[in-house]
Amino acid sequence: MHFTDREWWTLIHGMGFGALFLLAFAGGLAGLYSLRPAWVTPAGLQERMRRLKVGVVTMAVAAWGTVITGTWIVYPWYRDPAPDSPRSLLLADEATEDWHEFGMEWKEHVAWLSPILATVVAFIVVYYGVNLIRHERVRRTAIVLYVLSFSFAVVAGAFGAFITKVAPII
Amino acid sequence: MRTPDDLAREEEYHHEGIDFPDRPEGPVAAAVLAGGIGCLALGVLTTVAAASSSFSDWLSWDDDVGPLSGKTALAVIVWLVSWAVLHVVYRNRPLETRRALVIALVLVALGALGTFPTFFQAFAAD
Repeated sequence: MHFTDREWWTLIHGMGFGALFLLAFAGGLAGLYSLRPAWVTPAGLQERMRRLKVGVVTMAVAAWGTVITGTWIVYPWYRDPAPDSPRSLLLADEATEDWHEFGMEWKEHVAWLSPILATVVAFIVVYYGVNLIRHERVRRTAIVLYVLSFSFAVVAGAFGAFITKVAPII
Repeated sequence: MRTPDDLAREEEYHHEGIDFPDRPEGPVAAAVLAGGIGCLALGVLTTVAAASSSFSDWLSWDDDVGPLSGKTALAVIVWLVSWAVLHVVYRNRPLETRRALVIALVLVALGALGTFPTFFQAFAAD
């Protein structure tokens, strides 16, 4: 029972950074949503802001980790011109070619929108800090961009999981 | 521009003795706009690369990764440069974040459209 080097990298890309991303998103979203004057005491606000900053920065770092390892380490193995590479195998069969032509083509591009937006949210939270609780529109802006960042990552992650099932990198 | 709700909240929190650092909203708006510009850049690069094989070849900054290397690196460069420029321009201005968000959402939507295969493959060079 062992993993090849390539399998380890696909695990780090998808399950390592991916799981961290999910966890950070859940915590960050809960923190942003509940950052309301009526729900937080002054003492609680300081503590909550520290947690929120850790959550959104972690999500941004995880998003960058995911796309960088995916594009620069895993993707070259996927698109190898060899006949047994996942891309070659998918394109060799009409029944599976859409997994590449649509699924992979969308995934490899749309995934990069996620870290850009996650970084914007991390900047807003770190820069604005406790002021977020006073300015509803800034908090809502952060939530909208945070959810968008997550949504793009879900598209990329879902296609990544499906394609790995159909044509795994071994 | 602050809404009555915002002003009411500020009033409420001043009385609770919390130290709110004075931060202009301009840098937030700059970051939001730059995020939209970065997303749009990726969509435009993806579509233009599909339409022009010579441009796509030029974007192959790394042989193993192919055109995706240039598309993503260039989009990140556009995003960071636009962020730096907008930050300098707006750093001390009380710019309205809501307007920046609306503009950014349009840019993000166009960027996402540009990365959608059915869209960019329609421009594919034969």
